Amino acid sequence: MSPPEKKRLAVWKFASCDGCQLSLLDCEDELLAVSDAIDIVNFPEATRRFEPGPYDLSLVEGSVTTAHDAERIRQVREESRYLVTIGACATAGGIQALRNFRDAEVREMASVVYASPDYLDTLETSTPIAQHVPVDFELRGCPINKRQLVEVILAFLHRRKPNVASHSVCVECKLRGNVCVMTAHGTPCLGPVTHAGCNAICPAYDRGCYGCFGPMETPNTTSLAKQWAALGASSDDIKRAFRSYNGYAEAFRQESERHEPDE
Amino acid sequence: MSDEPSPAPENTRRISVDYLARVEGEGAMHVFTRNGEVEDVKLKIFEPPRFFEAFLRKRGFAEAPDITARICGICPVAYQMSACHAMEDAAGVRVTGALRELRRLLYCGEWLESHGLHVFMLHAPDFLGYESGIAMARDHRDLVEMGLRLKKIGNDIGNVLGGREIHPVNVKVGGFYKAPRKRDFAQLAENLKWAADAAEKTARWAAELDFPDFERDYEFVCLSHPDEYAMNEGRLVSSRGLDIAIADYEEHFEERHEPYTNALHSVLRGKDHYFVGPLARFALNFDRLTERARTVARECGLEVPCRNPFQGIIVRAIEMLYAAEEALRIVENYERPDRPAIEVDPSGGRGCGLTEAPRGSLYHRYEIDADGLIASAKIVPPTSQNQLTIEDDLRSFVPQFLHLDDDDLQWQCEQAIRNYDPCISCATHFLKLERKEVGA
Repeated sequence: MSPPEKKRLAVWKFASCDGCQLSLLDCEDELLAVSDAIDIVNFPEATRRFEPGPYDLSLVEGSVTTAHDAERIRQVREESRYLVTIGACATAGGIQALRNFRDAEVREMASVVYASPDYLDTLETSTPIAQHVPVDFELRGCPINKRQLVEVILAFLHRRKPNVASHSVCVECKLRGNVCVMTAHGTPCLGPVTHAGCNAICPAYDRGCYGCFGPMETPNTTSLAKQWAALGASSDDIKRAFRSYNGYAEAFRQESERHEPDE
Repeated sequence: MSDEPSPAPENTRRISVDYLARVEGEGAMHVFTRNGEVEDVKLKIFEPPRFFEAFLRKRGFAEAPDITARICGICPVAYQMSACHAMEDAAGVRVTGALRELRRLLYCGEWLESHGLHVFMLHAPDFLGYESGIAMARDHRDLVEMGLRLKKIGNDIGNVLGGREIHPVNVKVGGFYKAPRKRDFAQLAENLKWAADAAEKTARWAAELDFPDFERDYEFVCLSHPDEYAMNEGRLVSSRGLDIAIADYEEHFEERHEPYTNALHSVLRGKDHYFVGPLARFALNFDRLTERARTVARECGLEVPCRNPFQGIIVRAIEMLYAAEEALRIVENYERPDRPAIEVDPSGGRGCGLTEAPRGSLYHRYEIDADGLIASAKIVPPTSQNQLTIEDDLRSFVPQFLHLDDDDLQWQCEQAIRNYDPCISCATHFLKLERKEVGA
């Protein structure tokens, strides 16, 4: 009897900084073991090898910002048994989704782009992958946590549910023994509404969370925004805080729009 | 790729790589030859632009280090450093003492991590004929494991000092959010001693590789400081006599946009193409390396300057040796500063900063309005500066290898590009489009 075939993993890049796929190469202790257990058949950042589909698992980094990429992600979906998006660009459009807002500067930028469609192929918006194709799992973070990445890869290859917590950064702070920067130091913090996964690094470094893992499930952003205002944050500060790396994620987008100046 | 003669004109050959592997970001290469002469070379960057310079406007000055870090996951520290220095320049203040040393330590970590990735996972496989570092590990497990451990020690610095390796959270305009305690570095010191030995071993190993006989007379450009191997501060110098303050950068360099690529090309006004990165630093700052790094470099047969870009793999190993030794020096002498950052208010100012990313000089310039919001931003990453030099390399390199079959020639060309450790993600985000009237 021949040994069971190795599962085939593919890594794809859309508009992004490369940091989330780099997380796989940053698994210095696990990388060689992972590559012994599974077949990495497409990962251009790391290898010249390219093999056509089908793939057992596709990891997708980056957001859709061109018509070509909108088509390419459909192709990737067709060839992939499971498709997992990794990072804020893929799950929420990323920092480049700031172009999606009605902000004057960004509107001007988009019109400049559209004036020369043959010069450069780019869309007016940066959108998450799930807005284009069905996604089996979204791993949050800007960047993702590499330990969570390994967990997700193993879970999908063994067809079980990934063990990834969906509570807020506040819970991680308690687990880590951090002093609350908001109550103890009066530092505005997005931790109460932000998805866990980073292990509450910012508060551990005496800094407020800046929301790089995006909104948790059912976050009470309005209440938190009031608390920020009480600590002295201006309306523009609050708008910018919600409108960053995950600014186009629904809950953060709605909260930032509440702090738009009246037109 | 095809070498069938029929549709192409006679005696012509086209080598195309539609998606360059083992570089950071998305790019393609096209080489056209006719009668044994190279007719055209294009390094095409199709990575979609993300318009950082546009959406930095009206963001708070304090946000610049974190936002610009997102330009590149491979060298986020470089973006954070150039952004901080530019803001401090705008405010007319300087970070000194232990805080300055900590910045240097963080940069050593990034050099170790980024060079480790490039040397072992991206570049070495070309020399040994493997598609990837992972494939190479099947036959050279010890070598790859050593490389991964070196890279990890670089990342450990990012973790201890920055909170995490990719997009560290602890860097702030004026210093850090929290200064580490001396005991936080205890484990690091031991690892750095190992790293210096491993980097030396790497240099000696790399020196034994077969290098194509290829040299060009480049104009090398990098930051230079009288007392140290420059990372964060100094003047910008070149091998042909350029010696300027960073504030004068834009008088001497300009950016052009070619329609075939999404990245801007940077050129030295009136002189043209130039070379940034490890070879430039090695050429211009060699005497400020540690004695051990200089000795190993000489014993590896490196000349100063080294004009063979393929030997960049040895030079990167020498810089890893330097970074490990320098990081160790900083860690051993470290005394926790009284406060983690100095006050910086750049409101109403204009400032610029240039620091040495692993792959070369990275320039930032900002104008800040009276409310502390960014009014304008300009960023020139290393790869957009090297792009024309890479094309020049291919133009002079390809004729020597036309006897190779297409697959081998393609691989050689890819390697010639990878010599520069190009970061295409960085190079695309600075596109400025010209307004063109469409229709009536």
